[in-house]
Amino acid sequence: MLTIEESRNRILRRAYAELETGSVVNLGVGLPTALANLIDEDRSIHIHSENGILGVGPSPRSAEDSDPALINAGKQPVTLTPGGSFFDSATSFAMIRGGHIDVAVIGALQIDESGILANWLVPGENVLGVGGAMDLVTGAKRVLVVTTHCTKSGAPKIVKECTYPITATRPVDTIITERALFRRTGDGLQLAELGDGFSLESIYDSTDAEFEVSENIPVFA
Amino acid sequence: MSRRPQSEKALSAADAVDKISNGDVMMVGGFGQAGTPLFLLETLAETRTRDLTVISNNLGEQGVGLGRLLLNRQISRAIGSFFTNNPDAVKASNDGEISVELLPQGTLAEAIRAGGAGIPAFYTPTGADTELSRDKEVRAFEGRNYVLERALRADVALIKAGRADELGNLTYDKSARNFNPAMAMAASLVIVEVSEIVPVGHLSPEEIVTPHIFVDHLVESPNADN
Repeated sequence: MLTIEESRNRILRRAYAELETGSVVNLGVGLPTALANLIDEDRSIHIHSENGILGVGPSPRSAEDSDPALINAGKQPVTLTPGGSFFDSATSFAMIRGGHIDVAVIGALQIDESGILANWLVPGENVLGVGGAMDLVTGAKRVLVVTTHCTKSGAPKIVKECTYPITATRPVDTIITERALFRRTGDGLQLAELGDGFSLESIYDSTDAEFEVSENIPVFA
Repeated sequence: MSRRPQSEKALSAADAVDKISNGDVMMVGGFGQAGTPLFLLETLAETRTRDLTVISNNLGEQGVGLGRLLLNRQISRAIGSFFTNNPDAVKASNDGEISVELLPQGTLAEAIRAGGAGIPAFYTPTGADTELSRDKEVRAFEGRNYVLERALRADVALIKAGRADELGNLTYDKSARNFNPAMAMAASLVIVEVSEIVPVGHLSPEEIVTPHIFVDHLVESPNADN
């Protein structure tokens, strides 16, 4: 079994490998924002943050280096890379909604078997917000979901049909968990890779959605 | 030493918040605490002004900024995108003490932009066929559904900038810009918390983000983190 930390790191490493050099990538609140710490400068990946930054760098090295005016979508302190810029919220969301962001990396509560995402509201829980999630899933050219495979109580997150309110009618493109990588092909999901240590059987057992299986299944660690 | 800048727009914080009336619709800039006019909000929390409708991305944090106004029961209605980070806001909404309208963050930003730009409403793809557009008009363009969203305007906007010159031209500090420039354009009365007021000519025309015509009052903040 992987620890939570090991699961998160594996998901982030695999997500990082999905990003193309030179692309513009928005990082959503939660697990995705940690991706900024993995970016190799040579790959020239431009990190966008919904609150008005293009060119987000890694977390500051120390508390003294952090600036309360320089934060990411999760309100954590960040740095700016050379060539970075600041802009207002309306411009930032014009980038998102207007199709100028190559990839949105975003968290999930549920994803259904057609790739529809629910990630903003659990009915009955103390949630009062949607943030930028709906704009990101609606507007980004590609949506990459990073999430643990199951909830903390062990329930599958990849389900036949979302029971939570959906984020957008646009389906996501790629789902990365610590156990598997799925790609959306046409109307459905295809298991494309397995996380090291997890069998195909174990994915069937922990996934409610129907999915196809690709002919070759590489393993990621 | 150069002369001390004299701005006709400069006011004390107390005199500035005195211009806010019971029942006003009030925009408040900021994303988290970045770009939030905390000095103005703390001053407003010392008044008896109440029944405010607040338009802001967040509703402060527990006991801080708008969070303090909330605990004082000065807010009756809130329009914004993400209030979860203040448990008091969630509780006040659950208990029916405030009414809340949630908008996707991009819709909130665009509604404020439109409000300042003389556009009464606009269609956006965000939120179409989700719970947040349930009672809204939907129209298809080129086969895709869009939601009709109304522009937002306010009686007063409390915003935070970096430096101002005596005329009221404004610069901003990094990601503390966020909602502030759009809100400066969308309210009848605009009160700006600034770190410093400098003489006219001391700001480069290239660094001025909000031109002075959008600014009514300037309040210098004593907070060191500006």
